[in-house]
Amino acid sequence: MLPRELQPAQFSAYPPQAGKLVAAHLEVLRELPLSFVPGLLREVIEYDYKFPAERAAVDGELTTLGGLSPSERTDWFHGFEQFDLPAQLEHFDWINSPAQFTEKLSAYLWSTHQLDAYRRTAEEYGTRLRSSIHADPLPVARLGITVIGQGVAEYDELLFKNLRPHGTYFNQIRPENGLEALLDVAAARAKSHPVPYGHWYVDGGSELHRGEGLTRISYQSIEPLRTSLLKYMQGRIGRPGMGPEELRTDLARLTPSDLAMNRSLDPVLSRFQLKILTEGSGTQIFSTTFAQWTTREVLRRAQPLTLLVRFAPRQRQRPMNELLSDTRSDSQVDPVGSLVDADMAAYYQWINQQRLTGDNRAAFLVWFEGHAQALVVAPTLPRGTTSNSALDLKQLVALAAG
Amino acid sequence: MKQPEFEHESMMRTPSLRRSDREIAHGLSSSRREFLRGTGMAMGAALMGASPLVRAEAARKKRKVIVVTFGGGARDQETFAPEGQENIPHLIGELAPQSSFFTHVTNQGILGHYVATASLTTGVYETLNNFSAVPPDHPTVFEYFRKDLRRPASDAWVVAPSNGFNRIGESNCRSYGPGTGAEVILPKHLLSATSAGNISDLDHLLRDNYESPMYTPQLGGNEFELQQLETILRLSVEDFMGHARTLSSPDELSVYIAKRLMQQEAPSLLWITMHDIDVAHSGAYSLYIEGIRRTDRLCAELWKAVQTQPEYAGNTTMFVLPDFGRDADYDAGGNGFQHHRTGDAASRTTWMMALGAGVRQGVVYDEPMQSIDLVPSLGAMLGFTPAESQGRPIKEFL
Repeated sequence: MLPRELQPAQFSAYPPQAGKLVAAHLEVLRELPLSFVPGLLREVIEYDYKFPAERAAVDGELTTLGGLSPSERTDWFHGFEQFDLPAQLEHFDWINSPAQFTEKLSAYLWSTHQLDAYRRTAEEYGTRLRSSIHADPLPVARLGITVIGQGVAEYDELLFKNLRPHGTYFNQIRPENGLEALLDVAAARAKSHPVPYGHWYVDGGSELHRGEGLTRISYQSIEPLRTSLLKYMQGRIGRPGMGPEELRTDLARLTPSDLAMNRSLDPVLSRFQLKILTEGSGTQIFSTTFAQWTTREVLRRAQPLTLLVRFAPRQRQRPMNELLSDTRSDSQVDPVGSLVDADMAAYYQWINQQRLTGDNRAAFLVWFEGHAQALVVAPTLPRGTTSNSALDLKQLVALAAG
Repeated sequence: MKQPEFEHESMMRTPSLRRSDREIAHGLSSSRREFLRGTGMAMGAALMGASPLVRAEAARKKRKVIVVTFGGGARDQETFAPEGQENIPHLIGELAPQSSFFTHVTNQGILGHYVATASLTTGVYETLNNFSAVPPDHPTVFEYFRKDLRRPASDAWVVAPSNGFNRIGESNCRSYGPGTGAEVILPKHLLSATSAGNISDLDHLLRDNYESPMYTPQLGGNEFELQQLETILRLSVEDFMGHARTLSSPDELSVYIAKRLMQQEAPSLLWITMHDIDVAHSGAYSLYIEGIRRTDRLCAELWKAVQTQPEYAGNTTMFVLPDFGRDADYDAGGNGFQHHRTGDAASRTTWMMALGAGVRQGVVYDEPMQSIDLVPSLGAMLGFTPAESQGRPIKEFL
């Protein structure tokens, strides 16, 4: 099966909005190479459960591709046409299982040493696409906030090592009511700029019930889902023929109803929660990984204007001697290790935020919870410097947001 | 074909802040070189003269080689780059000054731990299933070594982290194959067999593969049995368990077993694959760093053991190298240190350290080499011919 043979009836299993989208753009899909189309369909088939920013991106991509002249299309896709795919990929049901197809394509490219060439081709395409799509100006500059170190009384090592060259380090912050102040700022932005899924609060532990208007997700709130998923995985692993790829495919097909998720939940958000646990490695085990991966995915997918992330202590990794002795330790969390995890995660949050539009106006703040240390990266503040100004968090975030 | 995933959709749809792969690869090797220069190491290209490797037959017969893979997957910025040096005080302070250091080693193959380690052992970029216990498609260094030099089975050993590595000792090639390769010990498997499910929570520790944490392939090939603990390592099950209870990680157990092998069997070719670092797949940066620091310490411990063993002291060459790196922080297709899926420069570019018998001390070599060059280099050093290897001998060893 090649893209040129595509027919509307082949998409009957697609969710309603995805089906309509394909029908409207079938002509252009027929013109594109097999090494490319399933990757696009992987996005399209999820259209009904995507955030507005993602839908806009898919719409924009299809519209852009439809607007290319034949010679432009040849130019854009010449690189993708160079990859000869084996017959087994051609015969695979890539229309209904595009994600599984791309996994198989990935394996094929690795094993035939074509991965690097494909990677270059994909990046060139991405660059071309982004430069072709007009991005509307943001209603307000993006603001990212990370709160790290919950439960750590003292820490003598250097914090924010990776971020210091990019921003201003503050060492006289007044920590009182800091978290509340940050949540209030996030809520105020949500109220002033009410964009759907535009303002988020992610908590790696138990969330604070503050911050009206924010889209929220926490490790504690997904605990029932996490438990039922782990149980599901354990059940699957014992089955004959189940390997890592099969398990991954199995998990990718899960829907919220398979795990008896609360039906009253927003379907977009419940699908997002499920994917955090099924696609993120380690998110089921460590709360710091959950918070970091959720942050990455919120930024990549929802492209929020405001994102406040608070890390909490993760469970402790018990060393071998302790496990073999089967002794229980009093402390089952690792606050200091979690601080190190979160410090790196803050750096990644800033990197991922800077990939989005409006990066030249965006601001980022990271604060060691309950302590005097913070760092701000903002266009209005100098880089690689230290400030001794005594500020509270409300003042600091005002400074960051300019 | 089951290989590591990569995320080309992200590459297309997410702007990257990356520099070009070539720039990064160059920067990686430069940062190592500049740092090592600061330690007083000299540039290899500036040195003239014949190889210091002793090639007399008598010396060759006594020669021992130990290969340690600094696994699984460590980046430059957490190891030899200036900001990473605090994590490897033993490599930097103790081993590097005694070593020839190769700053620019690339792995052009599949970046999965089993398949990459198999490629290191065959000198060919293997394409086997990364997640199951299958033998390499090409002859391994152990087969070349034993066949060409007529060495007994007891002279080549592998200590490896997980069930998936059980077939790494020998290929399925007709002219070599079963019975002609290395003996393989899987310490974690021994631990699992010894504990026999009596210890709660041990599954978490003994999981086979951090990339697929809930899956352990069935063992295939010749299994090192529990009773061989007694007959080969002179170690009772009770002593084995008793010692394991004093160790903090599976890699510590591997080094303990390796040292035991050196005492009891004194193999001429010993290959140790470390794996603790791969806990990075769980996404916890602090655990990844802990793994690097532990591996650094274990490498030094192993080198000290070499100096104290009469069979090894003075005639052993040890190689330390990661199987590959991990994804760069700035690559949109990955998630930084957590995985090695993008195939970017940071995940493909590593280093290698050679120290001991016949190796120039305190020299830095900048010439690019590939990880598959190791096998032909070992061939040149030990006197066997790795006919099917696609690598090239490192000229500094010729």
